[in-house]
Amino acid sequence: MTLSIVSSAPAVEVRGLVRRYGDRTVIRGLDLVIARGEFVALLGESGCGKTTLLRALSGLDPIDGGSIKAPRKPAVVFQEHRLLPWDSLWRNVSLGQPPQGARERAALALAEVGLGDRLDDWPRNLSGGQSQRVALARALVQEPELLLLDEPFAALDALTRLRMQALVKELVARHRPGVLLVTHDVDEAVALADRVLLMRHGAIAFERRMTGSVSPQVVRDELLEQLGVTPSARRPAPASDPSQSVV
Amino acid sequence: MSFADARAIDAAAPSGSAPTNTRRPAPSAAARPSRHALLALSWTAPIVFLLVWEALCCSGYVAPQILPAPTKVAATAWKLASTGSLVHDLGVSLLRAATGFAIGGLIGFTLGVLVGFSKIADAAIDRSVQMVRAVPFLAALPLTIIWFGVGEVQKVFLVSLGVLFPIYVNTVLGIRQVDPKLLELARVQGLSAWGTIRRIVLPGALPSVLTGVRYALAVAWLALVVAETVGAQAGLGFLAMDAREFLRTDVIVLTIVIYALIGAGSDWIARLLERRLLRWHPNFGGAGR
Repeated sequence: MTLSIVSSAPAVEVRGLVRRYGDRTVIRGLDLVIARGEFVALLGESGCGKTTLLRALSGLDPIDGGSIKAPRKPAVVFQEHRLLPWDSLWRNVSLGQPPQGARERAALALAEVGLGDRLDDWPRNLSGGQSQRVALARALVQEPELLLLDEPFAALDALTRLRMQALVKELVARHRPGVLLVTHDVDEAVALADRVLLMRHGAIAFERRMTGSVSPQVVRDELLEQLGVTPSARRPAPASDPSQSVV
Repeated sequence: MSFADARAIDAAAPSGSAPTNTRRPAPSAAARPSRHALLALSWTAPIVFLLVWEALCCSGYVAPQILPAPTKVAATAWKLASTGSLVHDLGVSLLRAATGFAIGGLIGFTLGVLVGFSKIADAAIDRSVQMVRAVPFLAALPLTIIWFGVGEVQKVFLVSLGVLFPIYVNTVLGIRQVDPKLLELARVQGLSAWGTIRRIVLPGALPSVLTGVRYALAVAWLALVVAETVGAQAGLGFLAMDAREFLRTDVIVLTIVIYALIGAGSDWIARLLERRLLRWHPNFGGAGR
């Protein structure tokens, strides 16, 4: 069982979660607590159940056992931006929002992601990174207590990805939602998260809290070892982080 | 086009002296034929065709009872328009087409939305509609005359019948093609069922529906021509059939030309609708803001 150190009420509390597809049990008795303001990254090989977990938390899929307690509906950012091509950017951001003052709130959210001057533009005029920033604004405008990020940077080029990661870190620090980031990228997880989880066979197999006393490099090596990556196959650490040296 | 080709070759000629692996910029816009030149070129063939037609008629190679000269048709148009009878017949025909289009379009769209959204409606309605659709609707013409006589109802009915199917088919198709990922988004964003339909399903289906509208406009005219030719007391088809009695080929050709103009006009309206309603769409909206 995962214990939360942060004192405030959790953004989400999962107990004994079970999820099956036909005969196959994809998630077996999973426990997870994410505190408000806590950034949790979830790693794991393809098919380990991490996307299934995210879909269950977002309410898109039913659950077959256990419980999920969350004070409010979570906001989700998908791998694809999923903008409505027929709506202007501000209309996209305010999708599902009450109409009173929607444009003003959308304008604030778009300004936060650096697109404050594109309120009436169409999604087709945006680059991939800009589209994903609008998707982020659409999630933040809901003022979520839990923000679910399903590999939101995976489709972006390397430079855009680094910029987006910095932006997400900054926005999360300001708005303090609980965050669950599903990712394949160990470096991304280590760079962004307060706590890194590793999922295997439908349960949490490994967990590390990023504290000042442990170097990110050590956590990264541990995680890679848990994922079965041998030292010779490892990539060098990104040059942007001086605390990490090339293996 | 040949003069443009020649210019392109001219521009390329000095390259002979340059090293073979040197890359030069593409020919500038000036080297390509201008928009006006292409527009003029596109009108050349129709104008030549009219001139040849006129020449054949004036020289007596073609008898006026077979085919009247274009100038004769224009003169007839002017005469009929100034007496007001052409405007009256045109008005009658347009009203029939519009009424039939509105009725058939509304029924087709409503059925399409029902079948697109509901599996039960799909099971109850779709097979029957598809079976009726397989019948060429113009084959029902003798039957419609027995049912409704040769009055307005028969004509409006035939137009409605022709319009219904393209609108229905394309509405169902459009709704089915809405991206399931956007429907997931609607759930995540907490949209109601009505909100999902209004914000996601209908806008997503719109390009397909408008394709149906464009096709239906063409069908509406075809249905009207057939219905009016068989029996009418007014309208363009009546004008043509009345003229046939007196071998007035000039009037007959005039009605054909008017039908063609109206066809082109309705296509223009459909394209205008697409451009206005699908401004967001990369294929319709033109350049971005």
